[in-house]
Amino acid sequence: MRTTTTHAAKLTFPRGIHPPEHKELAETRSIEVIATPKKVAVPLLQHLGAPCEAVVKTRDMVEAGAVLGSSDAFISAPVHSPIAGKVIKAGVCTLPNGRHVPTVPVKADGDQLEGDAVWDAVFGGDWPTSGLDAHTPEAIVQAVRDAGIVGMGGAAFPTHVKLTRNDAKPIDTLMINGCECEPYLTADDRLMREASAAIIAGAILAARAAGAERVMIGIEANKPEALEAMTSAAAGTGVEVVKVKTKYPQGGEKQLIMATLGRVVPTGGLPLDIGVVVSNVATSAAIAGAVLRGRPLTHRVLTVTGKGIAEPKNLLVPIGISYGEIVDACGGLTPDAVRVVAGGPMMGFSIGNLETPITKGSSGVLVLTRPEVDRAPETNCVRCGRCVDACPLNLVPTKIALASRHGDWELAKKYHALACMECGCCAHQCPASIPLVQLIRVGKAALSV
Amino acid sequence: MAEQTPTPAETPKPTIEVAPSPHLSNTHLTTRRMMLDVIIALVPVLIMAVWVFTWYAVLQVGLCVLSCMAAEYLLACRLRGRPSSLGDLSAAVTGVILGLSLPWSAPWYVAVIASFAAIGLGKVVFGGVGMNIFNPAMVGRAFVMISFSVVLGSGAYVMTGGLEVVSQATPLTAGKMEAAVIELWPLFVGNVNGSLGETSAIACLLGGIFLLVRRTASWEIPVSLIATVVVLAAGAQLAGVYPNLTVAHHLLGGSLLFGAFFIATDPVSSPMTVKGKFIFGAGTGAAIMVIRLFSGYPEGVMFAVLLMNGLVPLINNWTVPVPFGGPVPERK
Repeated sequence: MRTTTTHAAKLTFPRGIHPPEHKELAETRSIEVIATPKKVAVPLLQHLGAPCEAVVKTRDMVEAGAVLGSSDAFISAPVHSPIAGKVIKAGVCTLPNGRHVPTVPVKADGDQLEGDAVWDAVFGGDWPTSGLDAHTPEAIVQAVRDAGIVGMGGAAFPTHVKLTRNDAKPIDTLMINGCECEPYLTADDRLMREASAAIIAGAILAARAAGAERVMIGIEANKPEALEAMTSAAAGTGVEVVKVKTKYPQGGEKQLIMATLGRVVPTGGLPLDIGVVVSNVATSAAIAGAVLRGRPLTHRVLTVTGKGIAEPKNLLVPIGISYGEIVDACGGLTPDAVRVVAGGPMMGFSIGNLETPITKGSSGVLVLTRPEVDRAPETNCVRCGRCVDACPLNLVPTKIALASRHGDWELAKKYHALACMECGCCAHQCPASIPLVQLIRVGKAALSV
Repeated sequence: MAEQTPTPAETPKPTIEVAPSPHLSNTHLTTRRMMLDVIIALVPVLIMAVWVFTWYAVLQVGLCVLSCMAAEYLLACRLRGRPSSLGDLSAAVTGVILGLSLPWSAPWYVAVIASFAAIGLGKVVFGGVGMNIFNPAMVGRAFVMISFSVVLGSGAYVMTGGLEVVSQATPLTAGKMEAAVIELWPLFVGNVNGSLGETSAIACLLGGIFLLVRRTASWEIPVSLIATVVVLAAGAQLAGVYPNLTVAHHLLGGSLLFGAFFIATDPVSSPMTVKGKFIFGAGTGAAIMVIRLFSGYPEGVMFAVLLMNGLVPLINNWTVPVPFGGPVPERK
């Protein structure tokens, strides 16, 4: 028995913040295809769930798209080689989130697709939006699993798990997330403008797999071109394009569901508990590629942006290429660059090693300069309540943070520390420069043990 | 298609740092800026105080600001060895509000002692800015009110032969003790007797609205406080308690508006949650009316605020908001 709290869909959500967007740095740049690198290092764990085991040995020759690692676990996703080449000695990398993960490095060898040919294979050409009934739900789920598709908005949860039907939790709505509420990032915006047909095809297929009757695409109002492109691509397909208000974190799945459907995802629960599956636009395009073209997820679009990068761009890159090579392809770092962030400025992880490989969930490379990241020295909390006014989850961030700082886990729990999604609104607003999110993470870690 | 363009050798390589997210912050929001907002909001009140009380107001407020800052420096920086906190302007705000809450006639030593009590007993003993339970200015005001009851009693406000406005009792005293009929327009404009900052309703409203628009003060507190006072004052009017003090007199007279906008809204000593702010405002309003109607004092804002300050930790405890999506489920 499911109980769903439903409110009026107001196209927005309570609280949240309006940080400066800085989308202008990259939003006008069409997606470019990066030159095929001499080497990629494909991490064996790029998703939430069980890590993959390598299925190739050193010195094996692999084709582009060959499986490099897989797992029998249900919550896992295989990884594939984006290039043709030779497997070299296994390595280890530290992903931006801090996990040490083994990699399968592949050295380019033989003919590679380059430039427009890569674009044509991944996103180009025609994408049918009718006649997709020929694909059974089971076949779609299998194709998605075989292609190693995971949530490309950042969380990297294996997509086939979300699309597998479960009679106990029926799905009525598939929500495609085109909000891209993180400042600076423009990859999803560009993808919606340039590959709208693939996104629609993927959305229809995903809805069919999950058994959803309704398909919606939520896009923030600050992306008029993307809204227009998606609306015309969706014409006649029954897919609803919904313009939601621009506010951070509108792209959080709980916030998007609240804005479009007025439903509340229970704390600790998932959208599927209230009949919704949420997928990012890039994931949707990847689903179309997997089902209609048999393409594994080997490439993704990401934004390279920030005042610390010489030429901001939106790039289509092979997964496993290093952050350093992507930075170099955009003219390198400017002399005043101080921080390289994997993802957006609000929730992204800063990285200290540019050899780190790109994974399926990497949505951007953001390079910030000193004036952008500087904040005043920390002072005492004056209980002004700006964090409370900002928190989209209706928490009292300063109480959780200070409880965590003093190791008072009971107090942190009383203030619902584990409900925090670390969106960063509170720390962004804090006039005392208290590292609220980081302190809350400490409390969450202690309470999760 | 992008060609790889390596960084030219002559460019110095930037040093990359790591730090936890979020990587952006709203640099326009600082504690200092909030304090500055309060001072800006008090400008109309200060202008009215100078207009009504001439140089008495300048001296009193100036002395309190200097004393508060001196107390902050001596007690917090020198005695406790804390880094200088004068720059955040919180001591200056305490000084301005304290000065405006004193009568024009208070002797210089009263202002100095009140300032040291405000900063020392009101703030530093609790651990400095942000750590205090009670509003520091009101702690200082209460300290001298009890210590120097003669020079701060209702008689302190009245003096014949000096300024014109101070030849009569303060409006609430007159209405309560002498059953005089009080005109409303002077209460609104401010050319009446009283503590320096409380006489002009229009000045308090102007500054208060600025604070609410800047979101430096939470609207929930003044709204619930004033609404409660209106309801209780209407009840008192209907019941015929002090027949010359109507709802309008309770609203415009005394330090109700000054307290509602500038004292009760002190973030440090008021609750953090929306529900808590409503409770705090309503409680303060009710306490003000109880003191005004049933005690020997003509005015009750100071004691009402201090009383409710003491309840804030409890109010915070009662009003922990339920997260969006409900409480965190217990782990099985």
